[in-house]
Amino acid sequence: MTIGLGHYLTVSAILFTLGIFGIFLNRKNLIVILMSVELMLLSVNINLVAFSSFLNDLAGQVFTMLVLTVAAAEAAIGLAIVVVFYRNRRSIEVEDINQMRG
Amino acid sequence: MIVAALAFYLFSIVAIIAALNVIFQKNPVHSVLWLILTFFNAAGLFVLLGAEFVAMILVVVYVGAVAVLFLFVVMMLDINITMMREGFIKYLPVGALVGGILFVELAIVFGSWAMSPQSEALRSAPVPEGISNTEALGNILYTQYFYLFQGAGIVLLVAMVGSIVLTLRRRPGVRKQDISVQNNRRVQDTLEVVKVPVGKGLAS
Repeated sequence: MTIGLGHYLTVSAILFTLGIFGIFLNRKNLIVILMSVELMLLSVNINLVAFSSFLNDLAGQVFTMLVLTVAAAEAAIGLAIVVVFYRNRRSIEVEDINQMRG
Repeated sequence: MIVAALAFYLFSIVAIIAALNVIFQKNPVHSVLWLILTFFNAAGLFVLLGAEFVAMILVVVYVGAVAVLFLFVVMMLDINITMMREGFIKYLPVGALVGGILFVELAIVFGSWAMSPQSEALRSAPVPEGISNTEALGNILYTQYFYLFQGAGIVLLVAMVGSIVLTLRRRPGVRKQDISVQNNRRVQDTLEVVKVPVGKGLAS
């Protein structure tokens, strides 16, 4: 019962699919959509670290740190936009975001 | 070996259950808490893979910063939780369809994929022997991947400036300290020395 690369890739594929699923399901709540995006980035990180570990190559872990940075920046900007949007519209539903439609 | 396998199954199953709960919870606060559990279990998987530094960074950055940021925003906004489930059934089929197709595609790719024997020669930063994971990462992060490191710093700086610009607002009627106005006050503008004549006062 040895754990190979395929096991880790399966876990990350399941997490990625759950992230996609969450984006489709939670159309009323922008914050949960952002959390689903975080889940997807986490699964990408698991992929990178798994390949890095099984190939004995440290580059994957360096790229994981870059993805972590981008995820933190994305969460900060996304939540700032959510706060500004809530201040203007008193709602965070995806259907209400149509001000740019013209 | 058996302990590592058991730990892998424990971490991965708890991570997947927590991720399911992130999506299906009614209350966004509970979603954030389940997200924190997912991050902790992913960090456990990273430790199993031998990437201790990235695991600790994951806990510090994701749990300590990102998840707490989510928690703050969820609690600041007054969201009607009962409205949140509307349209859940409506989007369930298309979500399941897209997610299922994606998962099957990923399974096909991962199932038929095999590591090439030549891939060992293509490594850009092989793991050195005899030093810890943190030391090895530090050795290449500040030399070979220095521009990437600086770029990550710039991304964070831009994100910081952007979120401050987005959420800063000037509200009228707030008595706020303005240091430049305070420093620009001069004695001549505010203070006047008046000679008061004896017996007359300041009637004029």
